[in-house]
Amino acid sequence: MSSRIIIQATINGEPMEFLADERDSLLEALRERIGLTGSKEGCNNGNCGACAVILDGRLVNSCVVMAAELQGANITTVEGLANGGELIPLQTAFLEDAALQCGICTPGFLVASKALLDFNPNPSEYEIRYWLAGNLCRCTGYDKIIRAVQHAATQMRA
Amino acid sequence: MQDVTYRRPATVQEASQLLKDNGPTARVLAGGTDIIVMARERRRDTRMFVDIKAIPELMQLSFSATEGLTVGAAVPCYRIYRDETVSRLYPCLLDSASLIGGTAIQGRASLGGNLCNAGPAGDSIPSMIALEGEAQIFGPNGWRTVKVEDFCTAPGRNVLDAGELLVSIKFPAPRPGSGARFLRFIPRNEMDIAVVNCATNLTLDGNTVTAARIAIGAVAPRPLFVPAAGAALVGRPLTDETIAAAANASRDAATPIDDMRGSVRQRKHLSYVLTERTIRDAARRARGEIVSHV
Ligand SMILES: Cc1cc2nc3c(=O)[nH]c(=O)nc-3n(C[C@H](O)[C@H](O)[C@H](O)COP(=O)(O)OP(=O)(O)OC[C@H]3O[C@@H](n4cnc5c(N)ncnc54)[C@H](O)[C@@H]3O)c2cc1C
Ligand code: FES
Ligand code: FES
Repeated sequence: MSSRIIIQATINGEPMEFLADERDSLLEALRERIGLTGSKEGCNNGNCGACAVILDGRLVNSCVVMAAELQGANITTVEGLANGGELIPLQTAFLEDAALQCGICTPGFLVASKALLDFNPNPSEYEIRYWLAGNLCRCTGYDKIIRAVQHAATQMRA
Repeated sequence: MQDVTYRRPATVQEASQLLKDNGPTARVLAGGTDIIVMARERRRDTRMFVDIKAIPELMQLSFSATEGLTVGAAVPCYRIYRDETVSRLYPCLLDSASLIGGTAIQGRASLGGNLCNAGPAGDSIPSMIALEGEAQIFGPNGWRTVKVEDFCTAPGRNVLDAGELLVSIKFPAPRPGSGARFLRFIPRNEMDIAVVNCATNLTLDGNTVTAARIAIGAVAPRPLFVPAAGAALVGRPLTDETIAAAANASRDAATPIDDMRGSVRQRKHLSYVLTERTIRDAARRARGEIVSHV
């Protein structure tokens, strides 16, 4: 039987110690052990990006990472994007530009877009679309999402 | 997910021992983008993950003019395409690494995992064949080397024996006057499995081809090295006729199947087209032109 393991990691800037099952994915650990339910399970096989988080500085899909791999890791989830209670420009832009409808894809798009803008503060439309190709949205048709990211990028550079 | 134990060895010896002691249900875990999904969907009986990412040799990415390039088997794609030296000297590896999945997959997926997974459509494998990659393997009997073109044996199967792991892939330094290119055909721009993929590595002296290696994927049970395609070019000038001869050799070598992604006829045709296109782009790179990987 797989056993319980104690994991020490920094999540959204906060050092944490938590108990997980050895067979948990990072997504399961976040949602079910720690109670951070912002990251969504869309496909559970790496294809949709709804579970995207930033792990040690790079974008990953948390459903294809094992929780057991996290010893000492640094993780940012959608819950860690806002500064205190204050939304970052990317989040405001998603709201203002109506870049979501049902919202299940939104945490993944926000995290992936954050990783993009950290890496490239002035991406072209092509670069945004290429970067976000692994995030699927059933509702918006993508254009509004792309515009929100462009909008946020402009605001952040100002 | 079935019950599974997780181990994180620090050396290749320790990793090999764990694999040997725990048998075929102990699976190497590199980026996990294939194996975690297969374990969860119970397509691979998995009782143990042997995470190899704490082993320095598996995470190494280094180049020297004498040794060439060493890519640790677990180095994720994003490290490959963000590396200045690899970008400059091995753009063909960038072509592949920047097409495997999307950004979040590239944060984890490795060339070693792509090769060991041995999918007929694996997008890094034709490039590694064209670039004369050699798999460095460690196991209970010590070290051995296998050419990338001989590594995969059938869909999902490779040459690794019990207790063996792939440690790194080595590539010779690019020859003066050489250039290489990988292309994949899918119905959209990203995030799909190749209908056909292809890589060509050419060396030119003026307009005469002095060396050529061409490999195609998704057209046979394993990624296919096509020596006849290269032979159609070597010692000859690069012309529409010689390029067509090489492309015909690829089409003849392809033994594809019909499936939902493409028919035999389409795949044969694409083997021709992608061979031709990769030759033309490889020649441009050989002449020092920039051919963007996207
Ligand atoms: C959404 C999505 C999109 C994808 N898109 C593509 C694509 O466009 N093109 C493509 O080619 N692939 C694609 N893949 C498949 C996968 O991402 C690649 O094959 C990737 O390169 C695998 O690398 P990994 O490090 O994640 O391997 P892992 O999943 O860790 O391992 C793969 C297999 O190889 C074994 N293995 C790994 N490393 C070693 C080693 N060093 N020694 C011995 N055995 C080892 C593992 O046990 C496992 O069986 C995609 C996957 C997903 C989920
Ligand atoms: S839930 Fe992880 S990629 Fe879809
Ligand atoms: S808003 Fe519904 S899936 Fe994107």
